[in-house]
Amino acid sequence: MNWLTDFIRPRIRSIVGEQKEMPDNLWQKCPSCDGMLFHRDLEENLNVCYHCNHHLRITVKQRLKIIFDDSEYTRIELPAVAHDPLKFKDRKKYAERLKEAQSKTGLKEAITLALGTIGGQKAVIAAFNFSFMGGSMGAGVGESLIKAAQTAVKEKAALIVIPASGGARMQEGMLSLLQMPRSIIAVEMVKDEHLPYIVLLTDPTTGGVSASFAMVGDVHIAEPGATIGFAGRRVIEETVREILPANFQTAEYLQEHGMVDMVVSRRELAETLGRLLNIFMQALSAAPENDNTQDNAKGGKALTSKKAGKKDVKSSTKVLAKTAISQIKAVQKAAGDFQDAKKKPTAKKAN
Amino acid sequence: MSQLEFEKPILEMESKIAELRHVSNGSTINIADEIGRMQSKAQKLLQTAYSKLTAAQKVQVARHPERPHFLDYVAGLITDFTPLSGDRNFADDQALIGGIGRFEGRSCVIMGQEKGHDTDSRIHHNFGMARPEGYRKAQRLMAMASQFQMPIITLVDTAGAYPGKGAEERGQSEAIAKSIEKCLRTDVPIITVVIGEGGSGGAIAIAVADRVYMLEHSIYSVISPEGCASILWRDGAFAGEAAEALRLTAQDLHGLNLIDGIIAEPLGGAHRHKEETIRDVGVQIAKALKDLTPWSGQDLIKKRREKFLSYGRAL
Repeated sequence: MNWLTDFIRPRIRSIVGEQKEMPDNLWQKCPSCDGMLFHRDLEENLNVCYHCNHHLRITVKQRLKIIFDDSEYTRIELPAVAHDPLKFKDRKKYAERLKEAQSKTGLKEAITLALGTIGGQKAVIAAFNFSFMGGSMGAGVGESLIKAAQTAVKEKAALIVIPASGGARMQEGMLSLLQMPRSIIAVEMVKDEHLPYIVLLTDPTTGGVSASFAMVGDVHIAEPGATIGFAGRRVIEETVREILPANFQTAEYLQEHGMVDMVVSRRELAETLGRLLNIFMQALSAAPENDNTQDNAKGGKALTSKKAGKKDVKSSTKVLAKTAISQIKAVQKAAGDFQDAKKKPTAKKAN
Repeated sequence: MSQLEFEKPILEMESKIAELRHVSNGSTINIADEIGRMQSKAQKLLQTAYSKLTAAQKVQVARHPERPHFLDYVAGLITDFTPLSGDRNFADDQALIGGIGRFEGRSCVIMGQEKGHDTDSRIHHNFGMARPEGYRKAQRLMAMASQFQMPIITLVDTAGAYPGKGAEERGQSEAIAKSIEKCLRTDVPIITVVIGEGGSGGAIAIAVADRVYMLEHSIYSVISPEGCASILWRDGAFAGEAAEALRLTAQDLHGLNLIDGIIAEPLGGAHRHKEETIRDVGVQIAKALKDLTPWSGQDLIKKRREKFLSYGRAL
């Protein structure tokens, strides 16, 4: 600080008038490369920095528009739950925080449910809103995941969950912890029917959310650079007292360590999801009719449907091969993933 | 014995009694009356202290280092206990121990977190904070239980899953998630008792059971009161308030219908009466086992699901 900044600059300002800040809704800085991003260009680029390919967070609305065919989908109403059964209060009442989040976002809860088609295949998407209390999972979110699963079963649709969440909503105490098994039960409902369950891990997926439904998908897709992990980076640094690698707990790091099948950029997301769903769903439709009861799903019929499924993947690969050479590789790779994923029901039978 | 702040007057009284006893042994003066009076006074002090423990005090009791730990229960309740090691993938985790043995003559699988009882054993057991290997060993043991149709007893006592670099690299989240999934798919009875601290995901990973009981002075929470205070109050000093707000005591959770029952502890807590506590835990497990034995594997899975789905719906 010197006379220049302390004295001269304020004087000049008082003469010229306060410099106008650029309206922040027009331009923003990329948090990764500091490049300036014009809002319209950024939106057109699906909220991906056009200088460095950094994936900025995206609203659920934008996300659904990108993924669903023709950007069309039906919203599924969220189930009603008892909010704030603990009457939790920290420096502020949880009930107030909840209301604030609702009026800030115009949403009822930290999750949105939608039904539509992706690559021509029916799918239910449950997408977390990070701007709603950090996307935290309480009874409202857990119950919504159950409803999403039930809808997927009813519609014979795939279930895609897109977490963007710091973890459990601690203002709901034990009730929020119980959403971990509850959300996994939701997934079980879908798996019982042999419907595909795909997780799209977005920034961030941590804590109780990562340690439940987010890690039991048939396929795990992650967005580039997304933070995914159980414990927070700071907690770990304090515990182990060592500097963690820069890419620690990123999507790429998780893929390297075998927890994520693929890291897919936002531009290729819809195509990837569509391809996966088509492979899975074609396998299912080629399978001999099975009456979809829980007991049957574990019996011999499931085994035959599995075999038939494999055959179908091969034939569908052939069909697609005609269209483009590049697609062959992709489908074969996905078919490999598919066969891996399909091993799961076998493991289940061993129980 | 390690001291808890609110127990100080009681401990002082107890040491006075011990002193008097020592004196009376060496002399002819009869001070039995005096000792008797002091004992009943100490008893009253205990009663008043333990009849109105605050949530923060319960947290202290639940974490009391002298409380019986997993291995104490195994020694007291399980015959022929045979610990089994390793997740068959990477390593063995001594924070989460398990094995096979007999409970009241019946073959069973038992597992739980062990905190250790002195510096060496605490380090050996990583203070009861399991790594992914621990949760993968748990899954392996659950599969074994199913294979041989043995019921599963899990005893929960952990501050939480270990937050470390290696644990993250090897998929702590996935290990916990799969452990919960395994609990839900297992076709034998699962009985859980929270014997001390039920710390978040690291606890619930082995606690998705047909029956979940808590010892009277144990706690079960989504986050430690200290962690909650530092996030929501931005100051760890508010841990007492956080403990209250989180409703983490056995009494709170039973009131919310989120657990199946409370196992009473002898007056003055489990750390004063280890054997009695262990015996009472055994009695409760035996009762639950008797209830669950007639159920078929598919019924168990179905009812376990329904039970967890019902949580929170009636609130």
